[in-house]
Amino acid sequence: MNQNDCNACGKCKDMEEKNTELCENLYTILIYSENTPGLLSQISAIFTRRQVNIETINVCASSTPGVHKYTVTCCCTRSMAEMLTKQIEKRIDVLQSNYYTDDEIFIIETSLLKISTPVMLADSRVSSAIRNHGARIVEVNPTYATAEKTGTTADILSLYNALNQTGAVLQFVRSGRICITKSTSERLDEYLAQREKERAQPEANK
Amino acid sequence: MTQTDKTVNMEQITGAEALMKSLLNEGVETLFGYPGGAIMPVYDALYDYRDRLNHILVRHEQGAVHAAQGYARVSGKVGCALVTSGPGATNTITGVADAMIDSTPMVVICGQVGAAMLGTDAFQEVDVVNVTNPISKWSYQIRRAEDVAWAVSRAFYIARSGRPGPVVLDFAKNAQTALVDYQPQKVDYIRSYQPKPAINQEAIEQAAYLINHSDRPLLLAGQGIELGNAHNELLALVEKADIPVGCTLLGLSDLPSDHRLNKGMLGMHGNLGPNVQTNQCDLLIAVGMRFDDRVTGNLATYAKQAKIIHFDIDPSEFNKNVKVDVAVLGDCKQTLAAVTEKVHQIRHTEWVNSFEKYEKEEDEKVIERAIHPKDGPLLMAEVIRRVSEATNNEAILVTDVGQNQMFGCRYFKFTKAHSVVTSGGCGTMGFGLPAAVGATFGAPDRTVCLFVGDGGLQMTIQELGTIMEQHSPVKIILLNNNYLGNVRQWQAMFFRHRYSFTPMLNPDYELISRAYDIPAATVTERDKLDEAIQTMLTTEGPYLLQCAVKEEDNILPMTPPGADVDKMILEINDN
Repeated sequence: MNQNDCNACGKCKDMEEKNTELCENLYTILIYSENTPGLLSQISAIFTRRQVNIETINVCASSTPGVHKYTVTCCCTRSMAEMLTKQIEKRIDVLQSNYYTDDEIFIIETSLLKISTPVMLADSRVSSAIRNHGARIVEVNPTYATAEKTGTTADILSLYNALNQTGAVLQFVRSGRICITKSTSERLDEYLAQREKERAQPEANK
Repeated sequence: MTQTDKTVNMEQITGAEALMKSLLNEGVETLFGYPGGAIMPVYDALYDYRDRLNHILVRHEQGAVHAAQGYARVSGKVGCALVTSGPGATNTITGVADAMIDSTPMVVICGQVGAAMLGTDAFQEVDVVNVTNPISKWSYQIRRAEDVAWAVSRAFYIARSGRPGPVVLDFAKNAQTALVDYQPQKVDYIRSYQPKPAINQEAIEQAAYLINHSDRPLLLAGQGIELGNAHNELLALVEKADIPVGCTLLGLSDLPSDHRLNKGMLGMHGNLGPNVQTNQCDLLIAVGMRFDDRVTGNLATYAKQAKIIHFDIDPSEFNKNVKVDVAVLGDCKQTLAAVTEKVHQIRHTEWVNSFEKYEKEEDEKVIERAIHPKDGPLLMAEVIRRVSEATNNEAILVTDVGQNQMFGCRYFKFTKAHSVVTSGGCGTMGFGLPAAVGATFGAPDRTVCLFVGDGGLQMTIQELGTIMEQHSPVKIILLNNNYLGNVRQWQAMFFRHRYSFTPMLNPDYELISRAYDIPAATVTERDKLDEAIQTMLTTEGPYLLQCAVKEEDNILPMTPPGADVDKMILEINDN
């Protein structure tokens, strides 16, 4: 894993050795749960208790009916990521919890930037930054323009930094990351199939 | 069940009565509780079920949860507590947290304001589900009478299965009074919850291999053995492979105290042998224990020379505090048996005998002078050992927290399983008296001996009222040293003898006990001790024996907090 994998916290940027016990990296924790109220606070409480800050979080329905998917990113050691996932999975209504490094998942984030139209017209660096970063203008009026940029955290922050130097940015918002795994097997489907098989043998659950 | 059967079984009753029927379906016989406004419909229903559900009226809600814990620990059944909303529910919090960290199966049912009033800061409304979520295995609010049967069955299934723990049911008042077509439910499957993970044969093979190639194995026996009823399986393994055993605080009755392979208690105030040998063994086999900091001391030096096998039913325990070489996930009753099949019959005579020198040293420097003092005031250790022997070491030990607990666990002896009731992980002062009440209901045929200090007794002393009303045969041995003894010891050792608010002016406990119609006596002299104990044990029902013990006694040996596990202090220079 290289240094650029850790985009959010940068805590390990001065460390020579990566992936050691002490090295903190950005991990993406994917959690699948039943759609029951209150689970978000149960999950966030586990991060709080272990003093790990959640960098981004996204919660939405998954492709499996009735199952919700949480995408959480945080900076921590590998052993902490492992502990967090185990403790999350221990909550009764959590189906699965796994942690991933960036090379194991396809990642996407989106962002919106509100840009001052007078600055944009006066400073050519604004439109050039938008073009160079492949951002899309979704609205323009005499006061402001709205740009939308989708990509990795680094892409988005690069655009933001370029625009911010011009003083054009009025508002900026970045979504939590969403991702899908690169794995050729679907862990959740396998888990649910296994559980369904076990349902036929109720003794195993006692 | 066919549709016709369902129709036949249906009857329309209130949610409160549905709770009664659901509790009976779960095999509940005894519950500990205290009524109040938001749980009144349930208590009204309970009035008609008094012949089937034995409700024990405690004197404070904290007493209800601790009593339910004591009941659960000695019976192996799920303890049950019933309280009202708001302060009734918050008074149970300590017990819920205690049951969580000590893996005690318990269901706490508390009243709640009606669903329409939730979130309005209504009278005696507290957000119990959110308060208890981090300290319970599951916390759920019942808002509709239709959910009662399902929620209760799910609660008991979760509480008792896998690694047991407390479940909280927050029962909204409207759901208690609404009518429902009641139909019994049996939850024994939750797809997101795997209480009994499948056994990994590879892990079994690896564990057996390490045991077969070890010259100096040491097994750490935790409460998981009690919870999994794996006493016979433990015995079979350690006898076949000749493995010495150290027991955790909650695992003390995993193995009879006098078994040749039982080398005593682990931890801060445990025995010298198993602690020192933790850093001498070549294989550490941890079973149903969680490498608590009170057991490990300094993790940086803990068993670094040894391979480590960890048996546990909870995967989140693996590598939490101590990195292990082989993790054996599963119910230890099954995993221990599976490993035992594959280990060789072997003898480690030299290794087992190597514990003797530590036993001898501890005997000389600590134990002998603690249990057979020649003069001076009574000592806690001698009182505890004599009570234990007077019961043929067959009684249940209940302790409060502090020196009474550490002395109790060191010097009480065990011949039967499920014989230790103490607050391990939480260290809850005030736990002892109500837990002992619960233990008398959980094991009515056994003698229950409670050792409690003058500090802890006063934290839940109101439960003497419960003992009076129920005539619960708790033998209360009050070890009165007029101090908060454990804190005083730490002040002496680590805070230059600055006894900041640890001396206590005590009331006349005999008078208090008699006011509750509980016979009582005080013993101050050594030659009167045996007679006093006999009187206590032969008196039918409860009894309070106050022992005036040495004021500034120290519990030794001791591994100071954060010190290496093998660096135990055996003697303290009081000056």
